[in-house]
This record gives sequence, structure tokens and C-alpha cells, in this order.
Amino acid sequence: MKKGISYTQAFGTVLKRDLQIAIRHRGDIFNPLLFFVLVVTLFPLGIGPEPQVLTRVAPGIIWVAALLASMLSLERLFKADYVDGSLEQMLLSPQPLPLMVLAKVLAHWILTGVPLILVAPLLAVLLHLESNSYGALIATLALGTPVLSLLGAIGVALTVGLHKGGVLLSLLILPLYIPVLIFATSAIDAAGMNLPYDGQLAIIGAMLIGSLTLAPFAIGASLRVSTN
Amino acid sequence: MWKWLHSYADPERAYKLSSTLLPWFATLAIAFIGIGTIWGLGFAPTDYQQGDSYRIIFIHVPAASMSMAAYMGMATCSFIGLVWQIKSADWAAASIAPIGAVITFIALVTGATWGKPMWGTWWVWDARLTSELVLLFLYLGVISLYASFEDKVLAARASGILAIVGVINIPIIKYSVDWWSSLHQPSTIRITEKSTMSTDMLYPLLINIFGFGLMIAAITIVRFRSEILARNGMRPWVRELAKAEGVK
Amino acid sequence: MQFDSISEFLNMGGYAFYVWLAYGVTFFSLGTLVALSVRQKRKVLVEIAKKIQREERLKETRSTK
Repeated sequence: MKKGISYTQAFGTVLKRDLQIAIRHRGDIFNPLLFFVLVVTLFPLGIGPEPQVLTRVAPGIIWVAALLASMLSLERLFKADYVDGSLEQMLLSPQPLPLMVLAKVLAHWILTGVPLILVAPLLAVLLHLESNSYGALIATLALGTPVLSLLGAIGVALTVGLHKGGVLLSLLILPLYIPVLIFATSAIDAAGMNLPYDGQLAIIGAMLIGSLTLAPFAIGASLRVSTN
Repeated sequence: MWKWLHSYADPERAYKLSSTLLPWFATLAIAFIGIGTIWGLGFAPTDYQQGDSYRIIFIHVPAASMSMAAYMGMATCSFIGLVWQIKSADWAAASIAPIGAVITFIALVTGATWGKPMWGTWWVWDARLTSELVLLFLYLGVISLYASFEDKVLAARASGILAIVGVINIPIIKYSVDWWSSLHQPSTIRITEKSTMSTDMLYPLLINIFGFGLMIAAITIVRFRSEILARNGMRPWVRELAKAEGVK
Repeated sequence: MQFDSISEFLNMGGYAFYVWLAYGVTFFSLGTLVALSVRQKRKVLVEIAKKIQREERLKETRSTK
């Protein structure tokens, strides 16, 4: 059997392919983002416009909305590939599956995580976030959203073969998101009170590294189960 | 060295073994829980701080400690099933999941009914209660994932992966929730001060913890047996059994 | 016995509602779980038996033709 292309090439090809597909269907990028913005704007309408209250709950609202938005967008991660059969092609290729899965997750994060990070400061202004907290907000989102994409991809890989995966997906992955939520919001809170928050960031970073190394294998194994 | 264990991967032998073990586990479980509960409710001394409300401890603590243990057992079975492709282990994992969920639910409810007279509210976002709630969600995730696959071989594998991912996450979730509640919780609320329990209270508690473990084992065996039958419906020995017992 | 009378036992030092609620919920849910688990085996066997009967009936109608 021929060796085929190198690992780096394979990674680059999958990444490029996913990005290109997404650019052709722009709605897929904008809908989760729009959802994120809408959820955040609903909260002031629900709990009242007092700036003090909003300042207090802003980190939580932004992060919960980010969790939901990332979950919403995750559903598409493997669905189209599963339907048109390219997922099976990927499973059969000689390159290691975790590597290609990682490329797909990275593409997903570039398409949904990065826009989220860019929009978040704007929403923070609407919610009267403490001015000291902006750095922490960006930092936690930058470190935290990849974790969300990686953990969520496990759930998506498990449910991709099912017809009614949507509600099930939230039950599977939202509990796994809890640690990220806790440490991210507490980092933002700490920053708002001028306290050091590098400890929380370090923990989120550790979660990122941990999920970066372990999650691709779990995703790969789940995909093999789902496409069976 | 472990060769003799492999013979129990055969469904028929596993079924027969569990049928032999079931009466023992069931009897012992009923005996232990009976003794522990009656001792705890009727004979253990009244706590000088909490009065008689503390008697909830005799079911709350066993349920809470066993809820975690059952998850570990389920994940171990899933791991064995995934790595060595032993189907009996998959069936055992599928049998434990609903039991674990019920035990976790009991731990939550008894925690709430204890919290109301002691803290004045049904629910506080206490670290232990919160992580117990998350554990319940993890159980429900495993159960519904198993239920939503038509092909139960795939279902077992998928929910097995989820259970193992959950096991890696449980310590992280537990740690984060502990840390979170130590930040947010008003310090007025304390659950049990680590008071040295008198032996009159400790013995029924230990008996009940042991009894809950036995009971989980017994119910697991009951469910495991029907799981074996359901997955092996085409085998001759199952058909014989169905002819003998099923027609009525 | 820690309590002097049955009524005192039922009263649980004033915490009757909470203690009996906790024990009630526990044993009710455990009982339901056990009952469902025991019934499950019967159900599985009946299902398999029905399937066998169906197969046999099919075989009979085929052989009489």
C-alpha cells in the first residue's frame, strides 16, 4: 500500500476543506453567532435594565450563552459528512483518525469560537461589564471555547447516527461543560474585583491541554461506533 | 491466569451463575437494610444537636456513597466491554445505569428533606448536592444514549464511551464544584460538623451502606439476567426457557 | 428502644414529616425499581415465547399448503 500524503498535509487538507465548505454556506457561521447575541439581549429584558444587576450577572450570561451557541453549532460538525458519506471515507483513510478529527474540530472552532470571541466585548458593553474584566473575558473565551468544541465533538460523534440527536446532545455534553463555566466566570468576576485571576486561567489552560490530547481519541472511537 | 474468567463471558454460564448468586445477594441485602434501618430509626440515640431529623442519614449517606460507586462500577464494565469486546460486561453496564440513577435520585431527595429542617431550605447550592445533581445528569445521559440506539451492540459501545468520558470528568467536575461553592457559599451553612460519631450511630450506618451495596448488586443481577435473555433471544437455551416460562 | 411509645416513634421528635418523607420516597422508588426489574425478565420471556409461537404457526401453514 502506498504511504500517501504526510500527516501535516492530511491535517491541512481536512482543515481547508471544512473552512471552504463553511464559507460557501455562510448561514452556518452566522446563525450560532446571531443566537448568541439574541440570548444575551434577552436577559436584560427578563431581569430588568438596572446596571448594577447586569454588571453582577454579565459574566454568567455571556458564558452560558456561549455554551449554548457552541452546542447549537456543534450539531453540524459531522452531520453533513455523515450524510454524504465523506465521513466514512475519512474513517477508511490510512491517516490516523484522531488527527483528522482534530483538524475538523479546529475548523469548527475557527468558524464559531473566534467570531464569538470577537463579538463578546460588544455584548459586554451592553451588559455593563466591569471595565477591568474585558481582558479576562477575552482570555477565558480564547482558552475555553476550544475546550467546548473538543468536548462537544465527543457528544456529536456519539449521536451523529441518530435521528433525534439534538436534545440528547445537550444532555450528554452540558454536564461536561460545567468546570469550564465555573472557572471562566470566576476568573471574570475576580478580574472585576481587581483580584488576580491567573490561577483560573491556568486551570482552563490545563483543561484545554487535557482535552486536546484525550478528546480526539474519544471522538475517533465514537465515530467508529456511530458509522458502524 | 485469568483464563477461567473468560468462560463467564458465555451468556449461558453468566445467566446460570447470576441465577445462583441472586438469592444470596437478595437475602443478604434485605437482611442488612432491614437491620440497619430498624436500628437506625428505632434504637440509635438521638443526636443532641439535630434531634431525630438526623435519622435520615441512615439512607442518605449510603445512597450518596453508593451512587458514585455504582458509576465507577458501570464505567469499569463499559471499559471491559470496549477493550476486550466482552458482551456480558456491556450488558452489566446497561443494567447498572438505571439503578445508579435511582440511587442518585434518592440521595438528592433525602438530602433535600434533611436540608429543610436543618438549614431551612429544600435546596442549597452546596458542593455535594450540586455534584450529586451533575452525577444524575451523567447517568441520564448514559441511559438515554443507550435507549436511543436500535442496535444494542452499538448502543452499549456508545454509552460505554460516554461513561468513560464521564469518569475522567467526574473528579474535575467534583473539584470545580467544591471550589466554586467555597467561593460562593455563605459560611453560615455547615452540613455535618465532622463530629466523631458514637458507635451506636455508626454501626447502623455502616450496615446500611453495606446493605445498599448488596442491594445494588442484587438488582443488577436481576436486570443483567433479563438483559442476557433479551440479547440472546435466538439461542436454543433461551428459547427452551421461554417455552417453559413464557407461555401463560 | 430509643423511643418510649409508638406514637413518639412516629412523631420522630417533631421531625416526622421530613424523616418519613425521606424514608417513604426511598423505599417507594426502590420498590418501583425492583418491581420493574423483576417484571422485565417476564416480559422478555413472553416476547420470545410469542415469537417462537409465531414462527411455528408460520411453519404449520406452510406445511399444510
